[in-house]
Amino acid sequence: MIEVGKGTDPLLKRAFSLFRKTGDGLQILYRVRGKGTDILRNMKEGASLDMLGPLGNFYPLPPEDQTPLIISGGIGIASVFSLVERLAGRAIVFYGARTKDDLLMLKEVREHAHEVIVSTDDGSAGRKGTAADALRAFLHSHASSSAQFCVYACGPHPLLKALSQMTREHRIRAYVSMEEHMACGIGACLGCVVKTHDGYKRVCKEGPVMSAAEIVW
Amino acid sequence: MDISVTIGDLELKNPVMTASGTFGYGEEYAEFLDLSRLGAVVVKGLSLMPKEGNPPPRIVETASGMLNAIGLQNIGIERFVHEKVPFLRTYDTQIIVNFFGDSIDEYVAAAERLSAVDGIHGLEMNISCPNKQAGWCIFGTDPRVTSQVVGAVRKATRLPLIVKLSPNVTDISRMAKVAVDAGADALSVINTLTGMAIDIRTRKPKLANRTGGLSGPAIKPVAVRMVYEVYKAVNVPIIGMGGIMNAEDALEFIIAGASAVAVGTANFIHPTVSVDIIDGITAFLAQEHIADISSLRGTAHAG
Repeated sequence: MIEVGKGTDPLLKRAFSLFRKTGDGLQILYRVRGKGTDILRNMKEGASLDMLGPLGNFYPLPPEDQTPLIISGGIGIASVFSLVERLAGRAIVFYGARTKDDLLMLKEVREHAHEVIVSTDDGSAGRKGTAADALRAFLHSHASSSAQFCVYACGPHPLLKALSQMTREHRIRAYVSMEEHMACGIGACLGCVVKTHDGYKRVCKEGPVMSAAEIVW
Repeated sequence: MDISVTIGDLELKNPVMTASGTFGYGEEYAEFLDLSRLGAVVVKGLSLMPKEGNPPPRIVETASGMLNAIGLQNIGIERFVHEKVPFLRTYDTQIIVNFFGDSIDEYVAAAERLSAVDGIHGLEMNISCPNKQAGWCIFGTDPRVTSQVVGAVRKATRLPLIVKLSPNVTDISRMAKVAVDAGADALSVINTLTGMAIDIRTRKPKLANRTGGLSGPAIKPVAVRMVYEVYKAVNVPIIGMGGIMNAEDALEFIIAGASAVAVGTANFIHPTVSVDIIDGITAFLAQEHIADISSLRGTAHAG
């Protein structure tokens, strides 16, 4: 949770994924989407911000004998990047974005991934369509060997929903990083819940990474 | 310097409590601050049976505030008693349990059950929820119903009974008098103000529940005014709350007439803020050469 101003408007801290660790700090990667991120963009170098974290869980690492498929939609790359990095050349990344210009950090993703399958909504880079379409095609052509895969994903809700359906059909274990409006980040406000087969769960505490199979989509 | 205050029979080492619904069951904050420093911990509202709460989105930020429609999600009184009270009992602070029901019988049963638990020092009644038996009208907005439910709970408990007033009424002083006449030992002023935010692209309310409770600095002037009015109307201690972000805000409520204050939404932003507020109040009293915080209470009414 990161403070975006000292005043009362905006009031709440903002939840961000930890993009990656640097020598003595950490980086976040964000898209300017509203009041909070707009303030961040205009912040001067050297300014200080209050931060609470790290909070919540991380993607559980795959067994040695499995090939991780990592699906990223848009700014979801901020969440999965450190996983791609950690899996050092093992992951096949399905990286989708609106246009070529929205494919942030593509070069770095390529450096750390085994393979990157790019797709854009407008077809300006890679295949035309979403990362979910790309995954669907991939799973279709690898249907006989689906047992060797596990899936990790972060992106817009429709993307996560679509891949959760696909992975269920192919009996592939899938983990998704969820997003909800969040006030406290420490499990107190109960604002950021998602519906699971075991009742509402807090994205900040039991998540953000949850098993796709447990979520009521 | 004396910053202790009393709320009915409750002795608080300082006037700072946490507002129900913003501090979980206390343990969520224990890694950030020493709960024993607080005047009191007020836990999230509990009902006899667990409640699942509303579908998301449950919260939305607004100008200097936020709307919430959590839907009173809670683990139920039994789980609270067995899983949370033993932990809370290890701290040297007053534990106040906020509770609600959807019928008068449920309020009474909840109050009776909570009163039998060692380690619970006071009860705070949330009357801003609908009465299922009477066409979903809100307990806290119809004086006749308020009187009935508070009176019934009064008979069911010997613990200090705090009634949390709804600000969504025309005349808060009248509701305060009704609650006190029915047996309230103290009043919490105020609960959240009902509000709404709409997404102009989808043309739909931003909250799944459509409406929610507004909290945060945006409501502070309303809350201060209501504390001021209630102080004139009744003779019981008032716990002032609504948008308190710092010691200055807390002092404003005390000067308006509050004996104690509760910190709410600010806990979400700075988990240690309640302790900062205690320190800030102490510093202010030292600066102003005030030996006893009670001599500051209600001073806005002088002259």
